[in-house]
Amino acid sequence: MTTNAWIMLGITWSVVIFFTAKFFLKVMKTPIRPDDDES
Amino acid sequence: MRREARHTMTSRESWGSRVGLVLAMAGNAVGLGNFLRFPAQAAQNGGGAFLIPYLVSFVLMGLPLLWVEWAIGRHGGQYGHHSAPGLLDVLGKQKWLKYVGVFGLFTNMTIAAYYTYLESWTLAYVFHSITGTFTTTDATAFFPAYVGANSASIFTVPYEALFWFLITAALNVWILSRGLVKGIEMMAKIGMPVLLLFAAALAIRGLTLGPDDPGVIQSPLAGLNFVWEPKVGGLLNPGTWLAAAGQIFFTLSVGMGSIHCYASYLKAKQDVALNGASAGWMNEFVEVVLGSSVIIPIATAYLGIAAVQAATAGGSGFSLGFMTLPTLFNNWGVLAPVAGAIWFGLLFFAGITSSMAMGQPLMAFVEDEYKMSRAKASLLFGAAVLLLGFVCVWLYPGGAFDEFDFWTGTFALVVFALLEAFIFTRIFGMEKGWEEITRGADMKVPRIFRFIIMYITPAFITVIFVGAMIQPEGTWSGAISGLFQGDGWPFSPASVIGKVLHVGEEYVWFKDGQPTKALVQDGVRTLLLLVFLGFGLLVRTAWKRKEAQV
Repeated sequence: MTTNAWIMLGITWSVVIFFTAKFFLKVMKTPIRPDDDES
Repeated sequence: MRREARHTMTSRESWGSRVGLVLAMAGNAVGLGNFLRFPAQAAQNGGGAFLIPYLVSFVLMGLPLLWVEWAIGRHGGQYGHHSAPGLLDVLGKQKWLKYVGVFGLFTNMTIAAYYTYLESWTLAYVFHSITGTFTTTDATAFFPAYVGANSASIFTVPYEALFWFLITAALNVWILSRGLVKGIEMMAKIGMPVLLLFAAALAIRGLTLGPDDPGVIQSPLAGLNFVWEPKVGGLLNPGTWLAAAGQIFFTLSVGMGSIHCYASYLKAKQDVALNGASAGWMNEFVEVVLGSSVIIPIATAYLGIAAVQAATAGGSGFSLGFMTLPTLFNNWGVLAPVAGAIWFGLLFFAGITSSMAMGQPLMAFVEDEYKMSRAKASLLFGAAVLLLGFVCVWLYPGGAFDEFDFWTGTFALVVFALLEAFIFTRIFGMEKGWEEITRGADMKVPRIFRFIIMYITPAFITVIFVGAMIQPEGTWSGAISGLFQGDGWPFSPASVIGKVLHVGEEYVWFKDGQPTKALVQDGVRTLLLLVFLGFGLLVRTAWKRKEAQV
């Protein structure tokens, strides 16, 4: 692996893993919003 | 009364859990292309440099389109609709809107037909990996025999392939008949984690192959380098940008009507912004992180980089995945059957979570608009898949599968996405559209996306559409300079116009008394057109009936 390839891989994987984890963790932590129409 | 009253929430199905919904949506997007097409596309289009236009396309076109489709789905769901004709119909007063939704039925039906066949190959390969077929039979020779491509006639029925196709179709029907929570959501909750585990196991084993392992001739990192080495010149090539935008478009399963359908089971104030972003990024994780780390590194370790470059030259990793990898796993000794089963098992789970998403909108259509029971709807869907899928099984050597893939799995998606982007922003209106995307949002959607959805995303899809229509043979720059020199435009046989005009083919239906591929191509195109018109008629009849009831 060349340095450029490692840099590209590192940056891209970091971005993708960061956003995937950030959003999925938030999905798991946030409860489903109750719907007003149901009440 | 044209518009139905908003449905009471208790009268319809809804998702059992938020995680289940996101996994089902991600499972819909994650398909065989994540593991077979993406790494080959990246390697052939600038390597690491491909990822720049790829991620730009994701942010400017992929994410916005996901939000648009989630919003259309949740909005229409409040009116009791769960399939594209009804979901689009309630976006405006124009009567033709529901007919645009025909695309959302047509694509799901026809893609499900050939995709179920593709999915059945992975199931058959799991079986053959476990039983050790590939230890005695070369997988390169196995595949053509399996699909009947060795037959002298282009009309042939490969019985084993038909058997696995029937099993796979039945499995899909059974899961779909169990309903949203017990069927689709349960399958996604099992399938997605298993898929991630299988992919991670293969990636770790593949990337740690060393010179002491039997059969290894090169470091697998050379394969990883092939995918990730940034060839900056590629950024200046319009073809690279088009390929990246195309990959983003097709990997996210947008333009199908399946995302709309899943989102239509949400309640009025439940989030679409965070759910959509999460499902989209999860697909990117599977594609960019796992997809790039399995097939090319493993193949490079055993075949060398030159062979892998040749095998992926067309931008597809299909031949590596189905014809090369099964044999390479033989180097893993006692682990060979397990490795094969894991590889094809992961492709199977990637496939089935997608094909289920294709079935649900069709079943929802007949349930909503024709008041059919779920059991009957699932059987009807199964029968239609068998009927259309059989054409792909029977006429695979004649090119029927490729015809389905191009017209329904490629062209129709772009057309539908282009139309829905304009309908959402121009007919429904950006004001209401933005309110729909952000209502109940559990994340702050940056306001810049309002501008992006209004102008940039439609422009992106238009570029993909025009690119697909007129894609030239050779490079874009060469074609443009040739045009200015008066040489005309060299349509690629892979372009839409090239396909219509049968560019590069001898256009005869019979040769030496035998039917040709051109006959199969024209026959399949006629069939697909009839299916489209048939869905149009079903939509018209359903709305006429509703009008008569009011």
